[in-house]
Amino acid sequence: MNALAKPRPAAFPTNWTSRIAWAGLALYTLYATSILNLTWARFVAGIDNGGKFLSRMFPPNFEPDKIDLITTGMVESIQIAVLATFFGVLLSLPLGLAAARNLAPSWLSWSARALIAIFRSFHPVIVSILFVKAVGFGALAGVLALIVSTLGFVSKLFAEVVEEMNPKQVEAVRATGASFSNVLIFAVMPQVMARFVGLAVYQLDSNLRNSTMVGIVGGGGIGAPLFTAYQRFDYDVVLTILLCIIAIIMLAEMVSGRIRRIFQ
Amino acid sequence: MTTPTGAVLSIRNLRKEYRAGQPVLKDITLDIDGSGVTAIIGPSGTGKSTLIRCINRLVDPTDGEILFEGQDLAKLSGQPLRMARRRIGMVFQEYNLVERLSVIENVLSGRLGYVPVWRAFLRKFPKQDIARAFDLIESVGLTQDFATRRADALSGGQRQRVGIARAIMQQPALVLADEPTSSLDPKTSVEIMELMVSISRGSNVPIVVNIHNVELARRYANRIIGMTGGEVVYDGPPTGLQDSHLKHIYGGEDFL
Repeated sequence: MNALAKPRPAAFPTNWTSRIAWAGLALYTLYATSILNLTWARFVAGIDNGGKFLSRMFPPNFEPDKIDLITTGMVESIQIAVLATFFGVLLSLPLGLAAARNLAPSWLSWSARALIAIFRSFHPVIVSILFVKAVGFGALAGVLALIVSTLGFVSKLFAEVVEEMNPKQVEAVRATGASFSNVLIFAVMPQVMARFVGLAVYQLDSNLRNSTMVGIVGGGGIGAPLFTAYQRFDYDVVLTILLCIIAIIMLAEMVSGRIRRIFQ
Repeated sequence: MTTPTGAVLSIRNLRKEYRAGQPVLKDITLDIDGSGVTAIIGPSGTGKSTLIRCINRLVDPTDGEILFEGQDLAKLSGQPLRMARRRIGMVFQEYNLVERLSVIENVLSGRLGYVPVWRAFLRKFPKQDIARAFDLIESVGLTQDFATRRADALSGGQRQRVGIARAIMQQPALVLADEPTSSLDPKTSVEIMELMVSISRGSNVPIVVNIHNVELARRYANRIIGMTGGEVVYDGPPTGLQDSHLKHIYGGEDFL
């Protein structure tokens, strides 16, 4: 029979490209490990040092003057995070819409995308250093740095959300003769708002974490006391600060869950 | 306002090519009168949707004229095009409601061509618009309780009723319906067609409807346009539509 004479193609043909890619990754990992002098002996010694370091952290330091210092720092960090999130998210709304290829003309979406890419290319700490140089030590530098990172993250993902929306709903509202801004309000916003709020809340979370760090380079907040405590080997104070940060992040986690549920 | 021929809409030599040299619509010329239901039938891919979408410029025609209320829609853009679109309601196959908005918000979106952006944002529609929206929700067969329900909580038939209310909310001079019953079960399809016919009569608005179901077209339209291959091959009353015409429109006769 003819059907038997002709061999059938393999049901699961070998994908050589993917095999070579995996093999390449494995080889590179081995190579990088050898170059960076990562040895088991060093790791074991490190565990030992880490144990000593941890034992010196206990018990955490709750002396009133330290608590005062930490409270001031934490409050400032929270303010930095909230302000940066508020202004950053507010600015992300137009920037994200401008970057969405299904709404904006291509010259606009490309320039918006380029801007976002620049915002995203540097870590908040690096941006902080720039702003500390520009506006001086203190919370303002931290707020500005985190606004930049908020813009980079929220507007990029917001633009993607807008690009994934259902075009039929937009078309129907456009067909009523609505102006572009009314189409935005009645057809685009209802579709993307819940996810936008989700992004904003997530960013508040991540700004809280980052706001504890910008202080290390002079951007205000708890980072400076934390760094000083490390350098003075006050490991018990370090532990107190770390516990405070953990508490704040967990609290933020709970609050953000609530907020997201409201906007479902 | 009507064109000199007394028609609300006059299409002249309309041509649409998505790819150059491959016309989907070849030289369509039609007049739509100021009342009644016109059904466009024809096989899938023959340009029925394209024709309807050219009229309100969701699709840009390649060539030809679309005369409506003293203007050539084919040449409009920007503000004048939006002004013209306000006068043309549209009903879609998949209803195309804004899923996360309430029923009354969807109905009121038929007024978006008339309200400034701050009013739309604050939902501050004129009182008479809101009252009319409630009236329309009732007249398309839903109860007032539906007004504040979200569109994604409705069934297909209910959604299409809201879609019709949105189109009528525009107080249009013409309603276009693109396969309004194709996503619905047979019983609901009949209900929706009856609703459209009664609204067309009640508010004296002409409706142009694309429809797959020849029986529904025969039953509810007072004029049938048969299209095949981007051309009009039948144009007349339902009673004149013979099997020979259907054979020509759809090709073959196995389906008859």
